[in-house]
Amino acid sequence: MDGVHDMGGMDGFGKIEVEKNEPVFHASWEGRVLAMQRSMAYARAWNIDHSRFAQEQLPPITYLSASYYQRWVLAIEKNIVARDFASAEELKAGHATTPGKMLRRKLTVSV
Amino acid sequence: MVAHDHGDEDHQHGSELSETQLRVRALETVLSEKGYIDPAALDAIVDYYETKVGPRNGAKVVAKAWGDPAFREALLADATTAVGTLGHVSRVGDHLVAVENTPKRHNMVVCTLCSCYPWEILGLPPVWYKSAPYRSRAVKDPRGVLADFGVKLPIDIEIRVWDSTAETRFLVLPIRPAGTDGWSEEQLAELVTRDCMIGTGLPKNPSESR
Repeated sequence: MDGVHDMGGMDGFGKIEVEKNEPVFHASWEGRVLAMQRSMAYARAWNIDHSRFAQEQLPPITYLSASYYQRWVLAIEKNIVARDFASAEELKAGHATTPGKMLRRKLTVSV
Repeated sequence: MVAHDHGDEDHQHGSELSETQLRVRALETVLSEKGYIDPAALDAIVDYYETKVGPRNGAKVVAKAWGDPAFREALLADATTAVGTLGHVSRVGDHLVAVENTPKRHNMVVCTLCSCYPWEILGLPPVWYKSAPYRSRAVKDPRGVLADFGVKLPIDIEIRVWDSTAETRFLVLPIRPAGTDGWSEEQLAELVTRDCMIGTGLPKNPSESR
């Protein structure tokens, strides 16, 4: 897919900023997002190509202005709704109103 | 989001963050109530990336390749298998390729499309690796990028840039620093920085380490 994500060779993005002693996550929600993505990938709810595609479909202005893990949030939400794992209304409300679908497998602490 | 003045910027930054936090909390609640995720498993994953995996794993791989010619050959022939023998297994099933620096060629790794990176040996990538400036410029102006990192290479050294994909990720095998004869793998690993395994840096000078 040809889009703004395909950045190789583009001009104008400025200087590379290196953060000294960078933490693994800059806020606790970033870790939750990564872990949710891994859990859903483990459950085979969708694969890495679906995650990338969901990000690449974001409007360019959203793609460029969102942080890395904010893009992940948007992609996870997109895949959840597109694959009927939950509705957009449930995500907006922050609560499930119907039971979940069966997963092929679930990531637990013992796995 | 463009701020009108500095005070406004602080305010907007704060509210933007909390909006994301609320959104992520809603997501976790819904997925948990649906039975798709186990919050305790999420805790374990976060802990794994914060404390168990990181560039120290890659440094051991590089140090072993410097000290053990048979391992170096195995690494260059099939890095996925070679690092697997040390217990570093990719959780996303991609292939790892080790690219070796020589006196004639320097290797540098980027993911122009997103953020592919060998997590199992380097941990999660730093923000700059995932940023638009690095992704756009690495393939067009690698010497300029290296200069930003304080690395100046003689002009007769070729720079080869490797663009990662979800299927294939790269590890740079730097040149073993001179003056390290007889060093143990543990000592050698101290010289191996994260950036020298991405190709945006060089190993530490032995005199800095001792």
